[in-house]
Amino acid sequence: MADFLTDRRSLLKGGATVLAAAATMSSEQLLGYAKAWAQTSPWKPEPGAKINLLRWKRFVEAEDVAFMKIVDAFQKANNVTINVSNESYDDVQPKASVAANTGQGLDMVWGLYTLPFLFSAKCVDMTDVADYLGNKCGGWTDSGKAYGMLDGKWIGIPVAATGGLVNYRVAAMEKAGFKEFPKDLAGFSELVKAMNKNGTPAGMALGHASGDANGWVHWALWAHGGNLIDKDNKVVVNSPETAKALEYVKGLYDNFVPGTASWNDSSNNKAFLAGQLYLTVNGISIYVTAKKENPQIAEDMNHAHLPAGLDGKTRELHLGFPILVYNFTKYPQTCKAFTAFMLEPDQFNPWIEAAQGYLSHFLKAYDANPIWTADPKTTPYRSVAATAQTPAGVGKLGEAAAAAIADFVVVDMFANYCTGREDVKTAMATAERSAKRIFR
Amino acid sequence: MSTVQTSLPAGAVASGEPSWWSRLQTNRNFIALWFMLPAAAFLILFLAYPLGLGVWMSFTDEKIGRTGIFVGLENYEWLWDDAIFWLAVFNTLLYTIVASAIKFAIGLYLALLLNRRMPFKAIIRAIVLIPFIVPTVLSAIAFWWIYDAQFSIISWSLIKLGIINHNIDFLGDTNWARASVIIANIWRGVPFVAITLLAGLQTVSPSLYEAATLDGATNWQRFRYITYPLLTPIIAVVMTFSVLFTFTDFQLIWALTRGGPVNATHLMATLSYQRGIISGRLGEGAAIATAMIPFLLAAIAISWFGMQRRKWQQGSDQ
Repeated sequence: MADFLTDRRSLLKGGATVLAAAATMSSEQLLGYAKAWAQTSPWKPEPGAKINLLRWKRFVEAEDVAFMKIVDAFQKANNVTINVSNESYDDVQPKASVAANTGQGLDMVWGLYTLPFLFSAKCVDMTDVADYLGNKCGGWTDSGKAYGMLDGKWIGIPVAATGGLVNYRVAAMEKAGFKEFPKDLAGFSELVKAMNKNGTPAGMALGHASGDANGWVHWALWAHGGNLIDKDNKVVVNSPETAKALEYVKGLYDNFVPGTASWNDSSNNKAFLAGQLYLTVNGISIYVTAKKENPQIAEDMNHAHLPAGLDGKTRELHLGFPILVYNFTKYPQTCKAFTAFMLEPDQFNPWIEAAQGYLSHFLKAYDANPIWTADPKTTPYRSVAATAQTPAGVGKLGEAAAAAIADFVVVDMFANYCTGREDVKTAMATAERSAKRIFR
Repeated sequence: MSTVQTSLPAGAVASGEPSWWSRLQTNRNFIALWFMLPAAAFLILFLAYPLGLGVWMSFTDEKIGRTGIFVGLENYEWLWDDAIFWLAVFNTLLYTIVASAIKFAIGLYLALLLNRRMPFKAIIRAIVLIPFIVPTVLSAIAFWWIYDAQFSIISWSLIKLGIINHNIDFLGDTNWARASVIIANIWRGVPFVAITLLAGLQTVSPSLYEAATLDGATNWQRFRYITYPLLTPIIAVVMTFSVLFTFTDFQLIWALTRGGPVNATHLMATLSYQRGIISGRLGEGAAIATAMIPFLLAAIAISWFGMQRRKWQQGSDQ
């Protein structure tokens, strides 16, 4: 944390002056700014509003500190109360779902993936906030729109995404005969095989890991032209393309470190940091931790996007963090004002820097944030929004796609085949059957 | 109680001839009904209503955030053809039967040991209870480390001893994973069985053993014809509870495997949660939960009718 602060200061000296002003704003300055913002904001918080906000528990401490600073300034400037509660990744969705079902307890949730789509009828229309931010911050990326909009209406604001990119050890890759990270499927597969031969194996989660497992198996499916659903949300998973993806992933799995079928979201972090795993797909959190606790690994590791698909296009599934406001809240204006305030450059820039690359933006203007260039190892995470697809792939994101990802339909299909429990045809047929029920 | 008594004479004095109302007021059953009402309201509100709601939900296509419409048996028809559901039923039965049987065997053995006179008896009995006291999630996390694919202490020790040369894939291999979660459940469940059976053992009068010893009964005979018959009612109760707890287990599986690898350890409870809450299909989740009821009723029925049987109660094997 201390290291990080000096880094940030030194890089800001040469960086954009506006950003420097924002990042170094003291709490009083931030309060003054927040007051001025409240004067001109299109949303006027209800007097004495009390909001319960549930968010995912931080992975990077500095991010949480920066977020609470934003909350604090907003509370004081608008004379409202925001109760922030934190839940671990796996617990946010059940709690948010219960609140949606009972119509009480929470006013807004900052959740994961496609949360607003799981109960879109309970979400406040956030189109005005999205338009305001889009106009101010260079517009939304396509993936941002896909993550936030349902039938032309914004049901949530995609605040950021954690990119699931390849984390690899440079020396191990070079020893496997690759000067730079392979950009095509064949090269990637060869790399994984060669690394295993050298005793420096790769490994990606194939257990019920909501973030890590879903991410890379969807990439593998899409890269081979396979899809769970087509653009009309018809289930098309049982296809020759899917079969190819299954064979490809089996080839990788056979060269993985043992045990990936049982991995959850933290398993690969632990193994990588312990020096037992040399390539995986993850957010930047491994690197952030390594910089603090294991500088040799941090020095020797780098990040890259997963290789392009057979059609040359890279499609990845990243872990989005959308914020939503329930339609039963008594304070919709306060919730909207807070959402807009949080994503304003003056708050968002320091916050995204504090996250140290763990969170990537969906608003185009934030490409200019110095965090993405100060350390070249974080640069791949800048373009997360550019390669991001929603869990629906080419289909339309909605309740059903959200349910399919929560039920691990695609993960189980790959795991069933890779672990030898089912053959290609049965694995595809099982997934098809589950998917057809969800997308009926 | 005292209020009832003071109010009774007052009511009797008010009318010369007792009306139906005053008779009702003095009716003990009627008054008892009112005393039971708070408890009944509690049970109806927190047990019967949720249960009824769950069963009703299983006949609808309710999803989180919107109420469902009645679809009859559609959820059950779908589950009937669902391989994962049947796998979960199989896993649940395997988990319950194997874990309960072993828990009973170890629990009874421990109880017999602890019933003997030995030094530090009280401390040892307290220690036996520890696995039961530790919050399930905490012990599950400890087991998760013990079973970790890369950092397992068991694999590490065996490798250092030169017995194996690579890590055991405890939670990644289907059979290993099932064995691992069953062992974790046994570790947790044994104290409950042991301590309850120990309490039962202490009610057996020592004079019976003395008499048997005088008649020249062997150790086995004393167990078979004194301890076991007198312990039977307690065993029935303990095993009913043990089976119910094991059948409905959730935390341990959820913390250890999330039902993986490839659903090999999914129990009905975890599958119900995954489909109902995580995936948002409340109707289907409720149907899976409702499907547990017949199994649970069967378990209760066996021990209930068993306890009704005088022969069994008295331990006669005739």
